[in-house]
Amino acid sequence: MSELNLTSAPAHLRHGSSIGQPLTRRDGVLKVKGQATYAADNHPPGMLFAVMAVSSIARGRVTSLDIAAAKRHPGVVDVMTPDHKPQLAVDPEIKTNPFVFRMEVLQSSEVRYANQPIAVVIAETLEAATEGAVLLAPRYETLPALVGLDAGESFVPPVVGVGNPAENHRGDVEAGLARADKQIDAIYETPPQYHNAMEPHAIVAHWDGDHLSVDMPTQGLMLSLGRIAELFGIAPDKIHIRSPFLGGGFGSKGLMSGPPTLGIMAAKLVGKPVKLVLRREQMYGPVGHRAPTRQRLRIGADAEGRLTALDHHARTVSSMFDDFYEPAADASHTLYAAPAIRTSHDAVRVNTGTPLFMRAPGEATGSIALESAIDEMAWACGMDPVAFRLQNYAEVEPITGKPFSSKALRACYDQGAERFGWAKRSLEPRQMRDDSGHLVGWGMGTATFPALMFQAEARAAIRRDGTGSMEIGAHDMGQGAWTALAQIAADAVGLDIDRVTFKAGTSDLPDAGIAGGSAHTATAGAAIHSAGAAVIAKLADLATNDERSPLFGAGNAGVIARDGRLIRRDDGSRSETYTEILARAGVAEVEAHGTGAPNPAAMDEYAMHAHGAVFAEVKVDPELGQVRVTRMVGAFAAGRIVNPHLVKSQLFGGMIWGMSFALHEEAITDRRSGRIMNANLGEYHIPVNADVPPLDVITVEEHDPHVNALGIKGVGEIGITGSAGAVANAVWHATGVRVRRFPIRIEELLTGV
Amino acid sequence: MKQFDYVRPATVAEAVAAAAQPGTMYLAAGTNLLDLMKGNVSRPDRLVDVTHLDGLDRIERLADGSLRIGALVSNADLAHDVEFAKAYPVVAEALLSGASAQLRNAATVGGNLLQRTRCAYFYDTASRCNKREAGSGCDAREGENRAHAVLGWSESCIATHPSDFCVPLVALDAVVEIEGRGGRREIALDDLHRLPANTPERESALEPGDLIVGVRLPAAAPGFAAHARYLKVRERTSYAFAIVSAAAALRIENGKVAEARLALGGVAAKPWRARAAEDVLRGVAPTVDAFQEAAWRALVDAKPSGDNAYKIELARRIVVRALTLAAAGTPARIPALPASPFASSGAIHV
Repeated sequence: MSELNLTSAPAHLRHGSSIGQPLTRRDGVLKVKGQATYAADNHPPGMLFAVMAVSSIARGRVTSLDIAAAKRHPGVVDVMTPDHKPQLAVDPEIKTNPFVFRMEVLQSSEVRYANQPIAVVIAETLEAATEGAVLLAPRYETLPALVGLDAGESFVPPVVGVGNPAENHRGDVEAGLARADKQIDAIYETPPQYHNAMEPHAIVAHWDGDHLSVDMPTQGLMLSLGRIAELFGIAPDKIHIRSPFLGGGFGSKGLMSGPPTLGIMAAKLVGKPVKLVLRREQMYGPVGHRAPTRQRLRIGADAEGRLTALDHHARTVSSMFDDFYEPAADASHTLYAAPAIRTSHDAVRVNTGTPLFMRAPGEATGSIALESAIDEMAWACGMDPVAFRLQNYAEVEPITGKPFSSKALRACYDQGAERFGWAKRSLEPRQMRDDSGHLVGWGMGTATFPALMFQAEARAAIRRDGTGSMEIGAHDMGQGAWTALAQIAADAVGLDIDRVTFKAGTSDLPDAGIAGGSAHTATAGAAIHSAGAAVIAKLADLATNDERSPLFGAGNAGVIARDGRLIRRDDGSRSETYTEILARAGVAEVEAHGTGAPNPAAMDEYAMHAHGAVFAEVKVDPELGQVRVTRMVGAFAAGRIVNPHLVKSQLFGGMIWGMSFALHEEAITDRRSGRIMNANLGEYHIPVNADVPPLDVITVEEHDPHVNALGIKGVGEIGITGSAGAVANAVWHATGVRVRRFPIRIEELLTGV
Repeated sequence: MKQFDYVRPATVAEAVAAAAQPGTMYLAAGTNLLDLMKGNVSRPDRLVDVTHLDGLDRIERLADGSLRIGALVSNADLAHDVEFAKAYPVVAEALLSGASAQLRNAATVGGNLLQRTRCAYFYDTASRCNKREAGSGCDAREGENRAHAVLGWSESCIATHPSDFCVPLVALDAVVEIEGRGGRREIALDDLHRLPANTPERESALEPGDLIVGVRLPAAAPGFAAHARYLKVRERTSYAFAIVSAAAALRIENGKVAEARLALGGVAAKPWRARAAEDVLRGVAPTVDAFQEAAWRALVDAKPSGDNAYKIELARRIVVRALTLAAAGTPARIPALPASPFASSGAIHV
């Protein structure tokens, strides 16, 4: 992205080592000046505007569209419908691999969910296209919509999440429950939630012959490239995708979905560049969501408060036409040392857009239920919630028996509890008040998220002028990849960050893997690290094989790279600059590739997870039931922290989302029509600034030699887990009322308080 | 969007003449109307922009001691007017509890009075809504209706009026000044909004062309300044409409309530003045018992219109709390969290 003018020397620069420094965002100045170009900011000459018409019914068939009326509207150029559209090279109903989701690209008149695209109006202005879509005035043959967790016959899905078995167990759960002194048997419900990235899904597509140019936010450049190539029957090297910035993705921009595909089709149909941007309400359907769950937890504990069994069942939904199953019960696999664990899932099909990964898929939904149930059991055992969790601390991963690659959770409990002042908590609920008479509650939850790795490549170069470059098609979703990955790149090539050109965000660069699973820094970072090591090795070959070099004979492993020099490992006084080495060799630059990938042997041997402990304080009005979160402390151990400043922001965001999960977020579906009644940010509530209390994040030191070469575990998603439960448990501690349906609503507290 | 004509009249008289034509709507800040137009809920043929009309953006004290607020005064300017906030603190607190800072900067006094309901079925053009399309039916009645009306609703419509501002205004006997085809007239704010009965599409007493030019607070209103609070329970601290709100204002003399004013928001198709509750309080000591009696009176006719029975109990408790807070005295400053139950939040005792 040579057009980007990133800040080359962000604040707090310390020479010599970039990893670990709290650098400010290198794209920050661009963003505050409005100069960061997001997909929808592009306006190629001759561009037309496409607007989707979406279904207002959830099930049935479109019987008519008034295409003539739309076309009569001034400025409307064309109307794309099932009968009038470019042909795709493959059937969008065919799943060619598990990461391909079925999409609605006008393949038929059938309607499978509300807000499904049913036509696309292309016009000279956004206003004309918008009105054209209204003038289509669709008529339908409507069938009764299937809505909710009890909509039909349930079934056991073949897999949940990404390839996890729907059922799993270790030990004899029924026997464990039978010998328990205390039992908890409780049902928790979580609602459908929508990603609601600030930036809507958008695309500017431009065909030039059989070459396709695309501006589109994506968390997976190469996956998108492959899917577009497949759908349109063109070679991947004829497609160029630019995605330098995302205004959030949270999983909804990971895989190619219907709407951007429709934008490419529209551009093909009219032979001009086309822009298609979703309206906020159109994001409630074709681009994924977090499915609702109903979870039953049965837990047994003995007289000493040791778990005897943990049984976690989750009911969820998927769409009528595809499969994604929120793996909520799997949250019980890793945290608590029950000798018997069983997790299971079942599902029903409903008239909804297909659910998808949404920040901590499974972990977030499962965590609030598990942490609530564990809290209930701690109370049943008369134990402090932290003490109870320590009593059941898992020294090995409970479901597999594998040792952890590293696990500093004890330190998280200790440091978080101390910072919060947890020791002063009353064991019994409803014991604390403030000066104004509000009930005060303290709750906590354990956070956990797997440390994942995908595959990535990177290309590094060192030039004769003493500068370097690192190229990788990485994705900055707002989390700070432009900065954190550049820090890794700088260290990888032994240069200060302002001497390294870091390129990312386009599909012509090496594959960085998907920015998901909290694995992007680890995955792309590992590739960068390896590319850097490879280019340094090449440079070292040049020097150590040359009699004229002070490094001659050291062997290419006998030198280290630092500050633009190769230095003899066993004799720091013998060194040479990159410039000297390349000039003498008569080489303009050396270049090398590197890869990052999971280590199957290490994964077989170790369970790899990040952990944390979140503490929350709430106040509750005793008569009115209004809840306010007044304080949160989160202590997280996530391996090596590349940039503490950005990591803190990620964890803040996660904690706020956890609080949102407990108290605010819910898509309200009309039980008859299947339409979402609050598909806008006015009525789909997320916390506003005035709801967000002072947040405190502690990053607990943790060294992990097994997860990857850099020891990074990732922090993108863990912040939600633990936090949602901590807030819910604090509400209980304040009021004595255990609410098991989320978000916690005023009416549920009103009767109890 | 549907194409529409846009006219910007120079005088009130021109505006009234232009707006009297069918398919015409007034445009002030547009914080509600433009959203409705983008969602195809409102499809006017013509907008008459009144934002440039002279003389409607002033706050004036009149000779009789009343206060006239021009219809184009912004919500923020009014709430932050020091003299206004001192004399009518309950109105200022209600204003600052509404919408967001950005919206309050734009939204006008006249527009706030005429904002439309937030019933999701009114906004969802695929749903039946008697208010949006007379006689089409009401999908809210059997739908997702936990936030809907518990007072004054009918089988035709269970929507609520969402304004915070109107609640204390109606409690303080505000009067609405209207310019219409027949010249200037005025009506009590309490008579501006209509209950739905069988014609929920008729939301106000305004006739075609009528333009609200101002709101007047009578000379007696500042007499409540020492004991007046607005309390609003909502699902988040800002940028959320009330589930239930209450404006309570008392004149306390010699330890007794000389006069009480009480109105509820979020419970009906209009800001709900609770006169029966006010009567209970006249001449009695401001005690919790008396407030509970008043709360019972205020909600005696309430009935659930759906999954919202809790709102009746919540409304009773809010009335008691608002009256209690009012009796305790208006705070010297409007709290940082206006109208929140957490407006005053103290140290914790562990």
